[in-house]
Amino acid sequence: MTAAVLEPVDGAGTRDRVLDLAQRYGVYAALVVLIAVATAMNSDFMSVSNWRVQLFQVAPTVLVALGMALVIGTEGVDLSVGATIALAASIIPLYIGYGPAPAIVLALLLGAAAGLVGGAMVAFAGVQPIVATLSLMIGLRGLAELMNGAAAKPVEDPSILDLGEHGIAGVPVMAWIALAATGAVAYTVRRTTFGRQLVAIGDNKRASLLAGLPVRRVLVTVYVLSGILAALAGVLIVGHGAEADPANQGLNMELSAITAVVVGGTPLSGGRVRVLGTVAGAMFMQLASAVLIQHNVPTSTTQIVEAVLICLAVYVSRERGTR
Amino acid sequence: MPTRPDETDPSVPPEAGAPTGAPAALEAREVVKSFGGVHALRGADLLVRPGEVHALMGENGAGKSTLIKLLTGVYRPDDGVIALHGTERAFRTPLEAQAAGISTIYQEVNLVPMMSVARNLFLGREPRRRGLVDVRAMNRMSGEILERYGVRVDVTAPVHTLGLGARQMVALARAVRLDAKVVIMDEPTSSLEPREVQTLFGVIRTLREQGASVVFVSHRLDELYEICDRVTVLRDGRTVHTGAMAELPRTELVALMLGRALLAAHDGRVTAFAPDKAQRQAAPDDEALGELLPAARRKWGRGKDRDRQAGGPGGPGGPGGPALSISGLTDRHRLRGVSLDVEPGEVVGLGGLLGAGRSETAQAVIGARPATGAVKVGGKEIRRRSPQAAVRAGIAMLAEDRKADGVIPGLSVRENIVLAALPRLSRAGIVSTARQDRIVEFFMTRLRIKASSPAQLVQDLSGGNQQKVLLARWMCLNPRVLLLDEPTRGIDVGAKAEVQTIIDQLAAEGIGVLLISSELDELIEGSDRVVVLHTGSVAARLDGDEVTAPNLMRALAGEGSDSGAEAGLEAGLEAGLEAGLEFLEPPQTAEEGAS
Repeated sequence: MTAAVLEPVDGAGTRDRVLDLAQRYGVYAALVVLIAVATAMNSDFMSVSNWRVQLFQVAPTVLVALGMALVIGTEGVDLSVGATIALAASIIPLYIGYGPAPAIVLALLLGAAAGLVGGAMVAFAGVQPIVATLSLMIGLRGLAELMNGAAAKPVEDPSILDLGEHGIAGVPVMAWIALAATGAVAYTVRRTTFGRQLVAIGDNKRASLLAGLPVRRVLVTVYVLSGILAALAGVLIVGHGAEADPANQGLNMELSAITAVVVGGTPLSGGRVRVLGTVAGAMFMQLASAVLIQHNVPTSTTQIVEAVLICLAVYVSRERGTR
Repeated sequence: MPTRPDETDPSVPPEAGAPTGAPAALEAREVVKSFGGVHALRGADLLVRPGEVHALMGENGAGKSTLIKLLTGVYRPDDGVIALHGTERAFRTPLEAQAAGISTIYQEVNLVPMMSVARNLFLGREPRRRGLVDVRAMNRMSGEILERYGVRVDVTAPVHTLGLGARQMVALARAVRLDAKVVIMDEPTSSLEPREVQTLFGVIRTLREQGASVVFVSHRLDELYEICDRVTVLRDGRTVHTGAMAELPRTELVALMLGRALLAAHDGRVTAFAPDKAQRQAAPDDEALGELLPAARRKWGRGKDRDRQAGGPGGPGGPGGPALSISGLTDRHRLRGVSLDVEPGEVVGLGGLLGAGRSETAQAVIGARPATGAVKVGGKEIRRRSPQAAVRAGIAMLAEDRKADGVIPGLSVRENIVLAALPRLSRAGIVSTARQDRIVEFFMTRLRIKASSPAQLVQDLSGGNQQKVLLARWMCLNPRVLLLDEPTRGIDVGAKAEVQTIIDQLAAEGIGVLLISSELDELIEGSDRVVVLHTGSVAARLDGDEVTAPNLMRALAGEGSDSGAEAGLEAGLEAGLEAGLEFLEPPQTAEEGAS
């Protein structure tokens, strides 16, 4: 260990440093390159209407991915977010009669409750995060369909539709909400006691426990936050689509969110949360598939390209060195 | 750096370039290695004769690890010669060095935690039968091999269920092939108990008898003097001394390593603890800390204030009684009614052999290990024990396993220091960076934490600096009680002395310290009193003048078993003691908890 400080200079160290830089800034560079290439190939890419479409598409993913980044930071994973979206969506048409605000608040509360159940399973019962949230993922979607019925229900409340369709200063409301959430989560991770404890727990849970950190409370809170953010995404999705469709809404969202987090440079081994990287990761995956689709590349090929991108991101962000 | 030899050098290594008779088993001549402009070795020599145990000494950064990595093919030298049995060799990979007969045991145990002990032992060289792994043969052979190392474990159990010491032994058994010509051991004892160290020494003696050579790196001087025949001392990448171990006095060895006469002031003592307990000095900038942590200070009151109120209603230590009072601590396996008190401003040593329950006691006190019994802090019982409750009550524990239970490796020095104190540095859940930075700066200066900046990752620090970071983490809570579990294990001599000084300062500030150590010197010189555990209960309590090596030895020996004699080899004892052990009556005193 005495030469540890010197080692990064050695042969293998250079490669590690390149990979480290790629993990930290690779996603931003990739995003810039992608936008440049897409603009060069198609001048419409930089048009306002295209960006509006992209922002509508990416905003819910960003919200869910932010929560996912927090969970992954604790060396966990939340597979229930897609189903939480469906659950939040299904509650809107049922309670819209009381007005939009109560319906939205109730949807967010349900999201929090879903997170509470998952978090409690992880923190108190010691269930593996992947198992705990997988069971929730199955159960919650069933619950959502039970409440709403299998068929989609239209939602016509103007306030909710505004959330999904309107813009402020030319930028969709959804994007503003995602931006605000990004700022809040970034601040939480960097400056609050909770955020710092979260990262410590993800890095070395036992040491954190022995240091007197409220490990269980932090873990539960993380899953609750993830649930609330997913529910918020669900509300926006209902507003954008003008319907609640629990059988289809939020489908595979957990995977898109994990992808965004990983592409953004957050290691799955926990102990680190890259908030801006996560947003860039979500943007990158969204734009990459949009560009491919705009150039009439078949969906099957798009999926293969996405897979390659994910592998690349995981390669750069995998655990290295003697940690 | 000037190339002129250091004035304090007693000798240029006489053996270098002038072999005596038989060719050296392993030799490095004038080896140079640098990493991007940083010189790790500037011309180091090492000559290991066949059949000798050779100590390789040096402070962190002296180049020991680099030299070992050159000898074992991890790195290649920029300049100089490496020779095995008189033949010049250039190992390109560790595998080549192994094939040539050099086995290496590293400080960090490299085992597969989820695989069984037997699987780990035979990893990559499993016995086969008809193309398949012969599990039965493998398990049987594993049992036999480990028997030689004094380890009796279920070889089919996963390695992560083993204790640290047993894990080290498995790693050792895996690394040492019986046909090895040279075995290099880089701090093999840093996580071993005295008894395990003796088993290891048994293995080393067997190797020596078989004509193999051993290169032994350790920070524990007692061990070096016990097992090593000759010694080479490195400093700043150069060899500054080579000679017979027995002819080099301890203080001189340390002075050679540090390049200055550090221990001269200690008057034959081997630790940096204050010789007179009454003269422990608080850190000079203690008042500044009071200003940094006003809230915490008000909560506990200053140590001196408490002393002034001595004899008050609470008992001898001041209001509220002892800083820490444990009674009847019992759990299912290891603890059988441990009871002890720690007064404010007192260092109580907790001694005992492997499995005596020292670490377990500390863990049970902070609630990291389920146990029945009572724990009182300042006379107030902690009802529902948990690490959180312990921190709230003012108890902090420096864990034995720094890597697993201490540092958060991927976080910075700054974040590691304030980790436990975050809630106190926050308002409405938001951390005050200004207060945090002041505290971090204060402790980095006071504990002399060597890091490039507070933002440096803890995983890149040396062991000694990591330990200081952890001490700082607990000191900024301003605890009432500190449980220190092997605070100087695996850190270099300089850092060790610093940590010992810090312990004295903490006591002087009125903190009650429970000091767990496997080093007798540390217990004897650092403690006001020593409580000795034997198989989970208190076997002896030594007070003041009773804290001597022979007394401690007798207590450690427990019921007069041989294990005490083994452990005793740690200290520089009078020769007659071992004979005396036989006549001792079992020192098992009455259970204190029962009265």
